[in-house]
Amino acid sequence: MTTETTNRMDVTFQNLKQQGRAALIPFLTVGDPDLETTLAIIQELEAAGADMLELGVPYSDPLADGPVIQRASARALKSSIHVRTCMETALKARQAGSTLPFILFTYYNPVLQMGLDNFFAEVNNHEISGLIIPDLPVEESADMRRRSREVGVNLIPLVAPTSSERIAKIVTGASGFVYCVSSLGVTGERSSFHAGVEEFISSVRQATDLPVAVGFGISTSEQVARFASICDGVVVGSAIVRKVEDVIPLLDNPATRSEGLLQIREFVAQLRPAESRLL
Amino acid sequence: MIEVPDQQGRFGSFGGRYVPETLMNALIELEEAYRKYSGDPAFQAEIDYLLKQYSGRETPLYYAERLSKHLGEAKIYLKREDLNHTGAHKINNAIGQGILAKMMGKTKVIAETGAGQHGVATATVAALLGMECKVFMGEEDTRRQALNVFRMKLLGAEVIPVTSGTRTLKDAGNEALRYWVSHVDDTFYVLGSAVGPHPYPMMVRNFQRIIGDETRRQILEAEGRLPDLLVAAVGGGSNAIGMFYPFVGDDGVGMIGVEAAGKGVDTPFHAATMSKGSHGVFQGSMSYLLQDEYGQVQEAHSISAGLDYPGVGPEHSYLKDIERAQYVPVTDDEAMDALKLLCVTEGIIPALESAHAIAHVAKIAPSLTKDDIIVICLSGRGDKDVESILAYTEGAEKK
Repeated sequence: MTTETTNRMDVTFQNLKQQGRAALIPFLTVGDPDLETTLAIIQELEAAGADMLELGVPYSDPLADGPVIQRASARALKSSIHVRTCMETALKARQAGSTLPFILFTYYNPVLQMGLDNFFAEVNNHEISGLIIPDLPVEESADMRRRSREVGVNLIPLVAPTSSERIAKIVTGASGFVYCVSSLGVTGERSSFHAGVEEFISSVRQATDLPVAVGFGISTSEQVARFASICDGVVVGSAIVRKVEDVIPLLDNPATRSEGLLQIREFVAQLRPAESRLL
Repeated sequence: MIEVPDQQGRFGSFGGRYVPETLMNALIELEEAYRKYSGDPAFQAEIDYLLKQYSGRETPLYYAERLSKHLGEAKIYLKREDLNHTGAHKINNAIGQGILAKMMGKTKVIAETGAGQHGVATATVAALLGMECKVFMGEEDTRRQALNVFRMKLLGAEVIPVTSGTRTLKDAGNEALRYWVSHVDDTFYVLGSAVGPHPYPMMVRNFQRIIGDETRRQILEAEGRLPDLLVAAVGGGSNAIGMFYPFVGDDGVGMIGVEAAGKGVDTPFHAATMSKGSHGVFQGSMSYLLQDEYGQVQEAHSISAGLDYPGVGPEHSYLKDIERAQYVPVTDDEAMDALKLLCVTEGIIPALESAHAIAHVAKIAPSLTKDDIIVICLSGRGDKDVESILAYTEGAEKK
């Protein structure tokens, strides 16, 4: 294992730390509503101030996801988007000039069916910096962790408010960042978070030197600001996916497509207004 | 025989725990509570009392003489799980998990259901124990099994129609898990089949093994020896594993799990997970799974809502791979013919699920001899299916 940092995600977190900023990490379901639009949305998110991106692989049975991302998955699956397509999308975005670190968010079964050898060979040459596998707890992840290390990609562990004494075990040997689940429940916008979420995040901080990000249910600029002040990264998922869903009629019509893309950019830009970027 | 599952909930390479981190502590607590109470005589006594006085166990092992003679020379016995309170084996597990929930101090239970039998069983036990109950049921199934929906409501449960995905059992399971993630603090998930993350497959098996334990005792009494063959329908596989498990160490006892072939295993419309599936992770465990080349879970099809499931319990996958049990498909048409056969030879209307097991025996019995003894697990009664049967008979059933 090399100590030299070449992972784009690690570099981004180091730079942000020097600037005293938290990462804004939007989530997108790849292929919703189609691949070409996903590439266009990635450009908009970058322009809107995203620091890294979660690229969601659509799945037939997304256990950890609420209705918004379920619907996005169902739309994307109509055009048979799968793990490989998502990785190709990351590579195309890079070739089109994106400098963002890409995190592939996928359930475990699609990875398993691709075969771990194939999967990691492709991860390695498709500009993927990190992996999030929401249904792969630490007990089942030894093989994935080892292989991730070998190719220099970060397998991002999730910790939940219910993890308590499991936190130490989960973060030991992790890389990239630690993903704190804000509340009990599936993904989706919410107005309140787990009582004691601050204490939870600070207990995770005490357990690791890695950057700590928070996600699940964060949808407004107030919520982003609240968590940006105590975390190194904030993930916004369903709120953005819902925005995409709302503007699909605009995106589908060539005459209004740029208006639809602009609305997505503006929504993400207002999540962290320029004046509050330097915390 | 190696005792399975191991500490990680593995049956060979199957099983395990593939769930969001939010659920891990709840599963660990559940496993600890189960291990603690299953060694507690008071816990077992309470379950035994309810199984006997409330559900009416033990259920008979009935020699189906007219069916046997109709099919040839072999002796066919029926393990009458249909005579349980609520009409199916599902109550065995619902009582067990319900008492466990009570011991753990939980006051709310949730369940998923396909045909509605497990939903009815859970609603029944929740009423008995004074607990709040929510049942998740695919919208498609709420139409196919409207009578069971009404039963659950009568019993005081809330039935939540699931409109995601294929709107059948698999989606009801997904939705129950999602709900559990959000309410893990005060809610006990009464999972209905021998599937899901560890410890459910082990726990459900152990609550259902009473089927096989009684059968062993009863057949020894009736015949003075063990049967040659056990046959049971497999959707998730809880009645089958309950029947098989106590006989796994008896080499002379064959075991056949019968899965739903729907319109045929060579059509896209079947639920033959073992015959046509491959290894995959689904709803918390590694097992055989109906999926496409990209790992997307495929829709299952069967006339029987209880077998309409693209996964299967991990212990069945294990028994298949070590070649201890055999798994065979039976089509909708074959199951329907077998259902009618049992009606006219024995005066018993079986559940469509159980009719699959009878159908396979109808295929193989003619080639057996008078020295062969077969036990079929008659997992449930068919009253709930009468409307489906009528529709099918009239050719109106579309699926």
